[in-house]
Amino acid sequence: MTAKDVWPILLFGAVAALLPVFVTAGTLMNFAIFTLILCLAAQGWNILGGFGGQYSFGHAAFFGTGAYVTAVLQVRYGVNPYVTFLAGIALAALVGWLIGFLSFRSGLRGSYFALVTLAFAEVFRVLSNAVEFTGGAAGLLIPLDQRAANFQFESRGWFYLVVLALVVLALLMTRALERSRLGAQLVAVRENEEAARAVGVDALRVKLSAITLSAAMTGAAGGLYAQYFLYLDSTIAYGAWISVEALLAPIIGGAGTVFGPVIGAVILHTLAEATRMMVGRIPGIDLVIYGILLILVVRFPPRHFASFLWRQFRSYDPDLQIVFILRIRRRRSAQRERR
Amino acid sequence: MSFLEVRNVSMRFGGLMAVSDASFDVAEGSITGLIGPNGAGKTTLFAIVSGFQKPTSGQVVWRGAEITARPPHLLAAEGLSRTFQIVQPFAGLSVRENIAVGAFLRHKRRADAIALAEQVAEQVGLTAELDKPAAALTVSGRKRVELGKALATQPKLLLLDEVLAGLNPSEVRDIVPVVRAIRDSGVTVLMIEHVMQAVMNLCESVHVLAQGRIIASGTPAEVVATPAVVEAYLGHGAASRLSGGTHA
Repeated sequence: MTAKDVWPILLFGAVAALLPVFVTAGTLMNFAIFTLILCLAAQGWNILGGFGGQYSFGHAAFFGTGAYVTAVLQVRYGVNPYVTFLAGIALAALVGWLIGFLSFRSGLRGSYFALVTLAFAEVFRVLSNAVEFTGGAAGLLIPLDQRAANFQFESRGWFYLVVLALVVLALLMTRALERSRLGAQLVAVRENEEAARAVGVDALRVKLSAITLSAAMTGAAGGLYAQYFLYLDSTIAYGAWISVEALLAPIIGGAGTVFGPVIGAVILHTLAEATRMMVGRIPGIDLVIYGILLILVVRFPPRHFASFLWRQFRSYDPDLQIVFILRIRRRRSAQRERR
Repeated sequence: MSFLEVRNVSMRFGGLMAVSDASFDVAEGSITGLIGPNGAGKTTLFAIVSGFQKPTSGQVVWRGAEITARPPHLLAAEGLSRTFQIVQPFAGLSVRENIAVGAFLRHKRRADAIALAEQVAEQVGLTAELDKPAAALTVSGRKRVELGKALATQPKLLLLDEVLAGLNPSEVRDIVPVVRAIRDSGVTVLMIEHVMQAVMNLCESVHVLAQGRIIASGTPAEVVATPAVVEAYLGHGAASRLSGGTHA
C-alpha cells in the first residue's frame, strides 16, 4: 500500500469523525450508527462477493453469529463484552470457513452457492429461535449498564466513533487486500476460475481465505448491532433482511471497490429513511416506495458508483465546470454507441 | 530419463475413447509439436498433462516424478504452465493485471509482480496495450495475453494449445519468433498446432494423434511423409492416391 491508497480512507474517517461535533440529535446519530454498522456488514459481503465473485445470499449467518455470541456470552456467563465481541468475530469467521469449506470443496458456484448460504442462514434462524440459551422466540435483552468498560457508552457519539474506527479499519484491510497477492488471485478467481488455476492460483484456498475474512467483518457488524441496540431475536440476528442489505449496498455502490459498500449503504439507508419520513400515513406504503426506488437504483446504476465518482473527481477542473458536464454527456453517448 | 513422458495414457468419456494408450516423450529444451485432425484428443491429452483431468489409465511423468492428476495450481508452482485453446482472459482486468496474476505465483510483492508482468508483456509484444482491458483486445492480442499469463509463472515447460489458431498469416509470422525466443530463454515448449507452416518452422519433433492414438512421431518432414498421417487427415487410401498422382 502506498500513501495514495491510504489517504482517501483516512480523509473519510477524519471527516466522518466530525459528525458528532455538529450533530447531537438522537435520531440522526441512530441513523448514522446504523448506517455504519451496515457499511461493515456490506464490506464483509464485498470481500467475498465483490472481489471474489462468490455471491452469498446468507451473510445473516455471520451477522447473527457475531451478534448472538456477543450477547449470549455476556448475558448468560457474565463475560466482558469486549471479549465476547472478539469471540463473536472469531466464531463468525469459523462459521464462514466451515460453510466455505463445505460448499467450495464440493465445487458449488453461482446460484448454487447463493442457495446454500441462504439455507445455512435459515437453519441458524430456526435453531436460534428454538433453543433456550438464545432466549428463543422471546429474544435476548442485554442489561443496560452504561460504562465504557462495559462497551456501552452514555453518549451515542462515543459509540459512533468506535463503530467508525472499525469501519475505517475494515476499509484499510480491504485496500490492503486489493493490493495484495491474495486480492489479485481472488479477483482472478472471480473473472475466470479455470484460468486462475492454470496460472497457479489455489482457488479453494483463496476462496476460503476470502469467506473467512468476509464472515469476520460481517460478524463484527452483528456484534456491534447487539451492543448498540441491546436486544436480539432470531429474525433480527439471522433474518434475511441483513443478508439482503449486505449484498445490496455493495451492488449499488460498486461491488469489488473499496468505497462501494460505504456509498451503497449511505444511499440505501437514506432512501429508506427518506421514504419513511415523507410518507407515513398508510402503513407499509413507505416500503412500497422504497422497493420501487431500489428497483430503479439497481436497474439504472452508474456502474461502479464509487470508481465513477472518483474518476470524475480526478479529472475535474473547477474553472471549467462545463467540461465536467460535457464529459459526462460524452461518456454517456459513447456508452450508447458501444451498445 | 526424458523431460516429460506420457505413458500409456487413456481417457474414456462414457463410450468414447478420447485418448487411447497414448505414449510420447518431450525432450528438454525442445519445441515439440502435437498435431492431428480435429477430435483426435489433443486438447484432452493437454488437460491430462496439465492436471485438469484425471486419465482413466496411464501415467504422466515429469522430470522423473509421476505427476498424474496433480492439481493444476501445484503443477504451475512446479513450473508446468498451460494456455487454453479458447482464450481465457480475466476479462474485467487490464492486460497488466492479467499477466500479473501469473507473476504473483513467484512474487509475493505487488511491485515485483507488476514489474515482471511488464517485462513479460514486452517479450510477447503487448507493451502498448498494458492498460487496456483484456476484453478490448483483438484475437491476436488475447492470444498474446494468454501466452503472457502462462509465461509470467516462469515455467520450465509451457503447454501451448493452439496459440496460432484464428490468426491471419501475418499475425502468425509475428508470433512464431516469440515462441522461438521463449524456447531460447530455456523453456521447453509442447504445442498443439494446426497451422502447419508454424509446425514445420518451429518444431524439432512432432507427435501425431489420430482417434486418440499416437500414429507417428519424428521430425516434421518425416511425419508429413508418413502414409498413416496423410490418411488420418485426408481419408483412407489418400496416401496411395497422392503418391500415385506424383508418379503419373
